[in-house]
Amino acid sequence: MNRFIPLILLAAAILAFATVFLVILPAGEIRSAAAAPDLKPYTGTELRGRATYVDLGCVYCHSQQPRAPEQAPDVERGWGRPSTASDYAYDTPHLLGTMRTGPDLLNIGARMPSRAWHLTHLYQPRAIHPTSIMPSYPFLFETKTNAGPDDVVVQLPDQYRLADGVVVARTEALDLVDYLLSLDRTYPAANPELRDNGYSPDRGANQ
Amino acid sequence: MVFTIGTLVLVSFAVSLVALVVLIWAISRSQMRFTQADARTIFEAEERGEVLDDPSTRPEQTDSPQGRGGDSLVPANCRRLILFIFATATLWLVVGSTYGLIASLKLHLPDWLNGSAPLTFGRMRAIHLNLVIYGWLSLGLMGLALWLIPTIFATQLRLPALAFVGAIILNLAVGAGAWAISTGWTDGLEWLEIPWQIDIFIALAVFLFVIPLMVTAWHRQVKHIYVTGWYYLGAMVWFPVLFIVANIPNLHVGAQQATVNWWFAHNVLGLWLTPLGVGAAYYLLPRIIGKPIYSYSLSLVGFWALALFYSQVGIHHLIGGPVPTWVVTLSVVQSIMMFVPVIAVAINQHPLWLGNLGAFRASIPLRFVAIGALMYTAASFQGSLEALRAMNSITHFTHYTVGHAHLGAYAFVTFVLFGGIYYVMPRLVGRVWPLASFIVAHWWLVVVGFTIYFVSLTLGGWLQGQAMLDPARDWMESMELTIPYLTGRSVGGSLMVLGHFAFAVNMVAILVGRGAERKAGSGLLEAEVAARPGQ
Repeated sequence: MNRFIPLILLAAAILAFATVFLVILPAGEIRSAAAAPDLKPYTGTELRGRATYVDLGCVYCHSQQPRAPEQAPDVERGWGRPSTASDYAYDTPHLLGTMRTGPDLLNIGARMPSRAWHLTHLYQPRAIHPTSIMPSYPFLFETKTNAGPDDVVVQLPDQYRLADGVVVARTEALDLVDYLLSLDRTYPAANPELRDNGYSPDRGANQ
Repeated sequence: MVFTIGTLVLVSFAVSLVALVVLIWAISRSQMRFTQADARTIFEAEERGEVLDDPSTRPEQTDSPQGRGGDSLVPANCRRLILFIFATATLWLVVGSTYGLIASLKLHLPDWLNGSAPLTFGRMRAIHLNLVIYGWLSLGLMGLALWLIPTIFATQLRLPALAFVGAIILNLAVGAGAWAISTGWTDGLEWLEIPWQIDIFIALAVFLFVIPLMVTAWHRQVKHIYVTGWYYLGAMVWFPVLFIVANIPNLHVGAQQATVNWWFAHNVLGLWLTPLGVGAAYYLLPRIIGKPIYSYSLSLVGFWALALFYSQVGIHHLIGGPVPTWVVTLSVVQSIMMFVPVIAVAINQHPLWLGNLGAFRASIPLRFVAIGALMYTAASFQGSLEALRAMNSITHFTHYTVGHAHLGAYAFVTFVLFGGIYYVMPRLVGRVWPLASFIVAHWWLVVVGFTIYFVSLTLGGWLQGQAMLDPARDWMESMELTIPYLTGRSVGGSLMVLGHFAFAVNMVAILVGRGAERKAGSGLLEAEVAARPGQ
């Protein structure tokens, strides 16, 4: 065994073995299932907004994967039912996330359907939650002396209002909000076996 | 789904276990012929007194390595190559950790530096990760490999020109990757942010390192492949496969892409940074102390068990998520099995330096490697426990995980690399480090800084997780209570970055030709190289 070729071959074989179990078999299982029937593909503006969500790195603080009631109180917090793989059929890149420095956003569109709220929150999160540590995104907005007929003006409390002029949303901000509003997986779950049911007493066996 | 869960988890687990049992049987029947005498291979490959070997402060020990026949194992062109790599990796460390510090400060100063998109938290955090993983650790560890592979195999590096081109391409690609992320051009997956168009060049650079190292290993002049060589050869097979499969565009989608994402991201740690770090520690600990590894035959179990179990742990990042139960359970089980290789490595490595605490006190390079090795044990134990479902419910999605990630990538791998560079650099230039006090300052800054960093995030993350699980508490509370701990992390992080500057200043000083020279003997670096290093 203390030889070059067997070492290389065995090392490669072990990785291939792991790849079968971690990549190929789950891929077969997940991709053979169709998208959830009530899940709509993203529209053009939603996709542009999603690209902004991706390139600003929102995923580093916000997950998009509510957990089961057996594991965590996500449902009680209004974050939605436990998601299944079929809820993500149109997601590329995936945005499941690994942190909840901010709340889960998979159903933010259902939970917070106001465009005005989102624009204010993106422009200055502390205008809504004084203790928030979310970054403000002033570069998604511009200031004008007077709003034009097509401009969407951001509503701000006195503290953050400009002395002369208004804050209006750029296209990026409007697209991003369109994407956030599209995040709504409140329809009934499809393929409930395509999620980790390891916390339920029957391990999901009866689903 | 009972059938799927039952069969798949069991099959994979059983195969791994059977392979391990066969391995132990083979060792016990001496099929492997891995004996304590083989542990002395490194002392036979390169003739050097078996005494405390610390060239960082002892000019007489800064000779370039020679084989038994008196031939130079790392000739001048290879020394220039390694110098270039260590110098550029240090640059990425300083830039990358500064990005990390700014990102850390932004979590408690959310309106600071918010004027433009390249400065937003989400981009700076991603740039931090990619710079330190690919620019500092991957590049720096390749530099160490270019020194270690020839010295453990007692032969000169083959095809050094390829590696030189690889080093230049990797530097350019890492810089281009950071630039791309700062402009918003990203693939959007954690650990895989650099656009695939740039990743082609990273993959090319890795091949340009792997081919010379493999060819060198093929021409080895010693009979026994020392355990460091096993880890290094394994890593060089694994990383190119991982990196290419994970980066193929338009192949993966949705929840399925998440399994690929974490198969890759955890294997970058488990099958790339870990074997390169553990392998380096297996060499540097006995080399500096001057005594062989303890219970050497155990090192085989450590290596193969790592390969079998670590390769399957990635999906513990998706516990409670939208992927099938069986694949999550499989990763949880293999995460627990990681105790086997980790304990094997611990038995190999810790008795050696714990039994030579005099050397530990005398040599800072040894301290970096020994504490790095100890933190490998700690990070792995912690990781196994975090994969348990009950504990994962608390720690997942919190800053606790960030603390854990830094225990592995920083306190383990980065510390080993610091120790390795402190040991190797003087032997490249034939001079000791010019600023001995800066080495001491570096050590204490990063040790104290990291302790503050880790304790802050571990405590804060744990409390955050408990608050998040309590339906009676508003979610906002789980975020608000972390602020003092995030501030503590910034304090610790500042000390770490300050330590990196001390390291970088010393690096510049040794590169410009300062430091006490070795006076006599063969292996002294040629004058022209000493005058213009890194060119």
